[in-house]
Amino acid sequence: MTAALSVQGLQVAIGTDASSANVLRGVSLDLQRGEVRGVVGESGAGKSMLGRAVLPANAVIAAGTIQFEGRDLVAMPEPERRSLLGRRIALIPQDPMTSLNPVKRVGGQIAILLRHHLALSKRGALERAAELLAEVAIREPRRVLELYPHEISGGMRQRVLIAMAFACDPSLVIADEPTTALDVTVQRQVLQLVERLRQRHGAAVLFITHDLGVVAKICRTMTVLHAGRVLEEGETAEVLAKPRHPYTRALLAATPRADRPAEALRPVPPALIENLWSEAHRLDRLVVAGPA
Amino acid sequence: MTDILLRTGSLSFAYPERAGFLRRASLREVVKRVDLAVPRGSVLGLVGESGSGKTTLGRLLVRLLRPTSGGIQFDGAEIGTLEEAEMRPLRARIQMIFQDPQSSLNPRLRLGVTLTRPLQVYGRLKGRRDQRDRAAALLDLVGLPTGFVDRYPHELSGGQRQRAGIARALALDPDFIVADEIVSGLDVSTQAYILLLLRELRARLRLTMVFISHDLSVVRVLCDDVAILHHGEVVEYGPVARIFGFPQHAYTRQLLSAIPLPDVEPGWLDDPSPIVPSHQQGSAA
Repeated sequence: MTAALSVQGLQVAIGTDASSANVLRGVSLDLQRGEVRGVVGESGAGKSMLGRAVLPANAVIAAGTIQFEGRDLVAMPEPERRSLLGRRIALIPQDPMTSLNPVKRVGGQIAILLRHHLALSKRGALERAAELLAEVAIREPRRVLELYPHEISGGMRQRVLIAMAFACDPSLVIADEPTTALDVTVQRQVLQLVERLRQRHGAAVLFITHDLGVVAKICRTMTVLHAGRVLEEGETAEVLAKPRHPYTRALLAATPRADRPAEALRPVPPALIENLWSEAHRLDRLVVAGPA
Repeated sequence: MTDILLRTGSLSFAYPERAGFLRRASLREVVKRVDLAVPRGSVLGLVGESGSGKTTLGRLLVRLLRPTSGGIQFDGAEIGTLEEAEMRPLRARIQMIFQDPQSSLNPRLRLGVTLTRPLQVYGRLKGRRDQRDRAAALLDLVGLPTGFVDRYPHELSGGQRQRAGIARALALDPDFIVADEIVSGLDVSTQAYILLLLRELRARLRLTMVFISHDLSVVRVLCDDVAILHHGEVVEYGPVARIFGFPQHAYTRQLLSAIPLPDVEPGWLDDPSPIVPSHQQGSAA
């Protein structure tokens, strides 16, 4: 069976030729159908860019391939790619505040997606929208359909976005830090929902996050990203129990834990970060010089 | 008896809230009868989720807000009812560090000016030379290169900006600091540095602090005591070791169990608690 997503040697740069900055430096990863893979990294690691590269063309793909269910997304004509996005490939964005249109009712925003991709009637789309909201444990879904985004809580907005992501039965969902802005108790509920819907719809999830705790709870596999490179990947249980890369070890030691006393905390050594960046820059010069 | 620097008694705060046009404004109580006692040299963690009233409580403690009822004693004197002019001498001793260093540092001023502005306001600067020296000393105190006196905030990384925010709060040599969510926007590696810096500073400068956070894990690193806030009320309060080791209140236990620890734990997602919180409907965040 072909993988849900297969990324090979992906290089992404932003900016013009003269002053372009490399964001991804040859990233490869495979996501099997139904797999939940965590992509972990700190700011600037390139984790969001990896998610974006699959979505519309706002990233300049310098090299590499991205295959979705065996079809090349990079070479694919734009109209064909667009018809996949939102339907077969869906995004759960980070910020529930800015990802919903503030002047449109919740129901209308879900309905337009359903009408566009599934060609439902206006009435049918609203019916389905109510079912979708019920699926993400929103009570009185019909009443919520009539509300504007500012009239519902942050956790509820995020659930609306999850409902929209799964609306057209996608086989790949890209979740870009979907719980970062939420309180821990709400975060847990949202993670439960993502897992429940993923199972029901049989989707693979690329879960982008900076939080190793979130990865531990929801992702079966994980990829550690730094300076646009994959430093380590594997089964989550294995990587967290026996991290092979010093950066992964350092990140774990720098994560405060509610179950351990203060003395356990160790910051990431600056020398380690410096080394990783100079390695990355060495890689850039190699690329400029041409393939080895 | 321990020496208590800050004590609150039944401290409450309410915002006037109008339910609709022509309706009489009613009061919405966001901090409810809070009793705290912060021993000199200790750090108290205030933990709660959004809407718990933790930020309002923090602003009451530094008297950016005036309590609706109840009292605040600072170093033995009641400050809850003081007028602004009477507060002024105390303001030098009570400082606040804000969540977002991006918006709390003036983008048009060099760090040297920003960091010494509190000293200038209190007339404690002796000329240009002194200003530079004091700024450099403050930068050094928080682990930034002294050359940063000439830098603007946008030239700094997030962690460096937060260090600058801490330096400014320390300029007047305060005895009491309220820090509101100061590590929440930072990367894990930067966050650990700021936490260790605060731990070092509190020991070195004998600071008394209230550390406000939504993150219990962070609180454990820095605090001696912790108060759990829920809907404006302190539901549990005590030494860190007891609250984390033997939480008594159901809400504290719920908070602790919701923290995703970086260990694989099958079944964590099958939480038996209801998936829909009781306050879900209608309320905007």
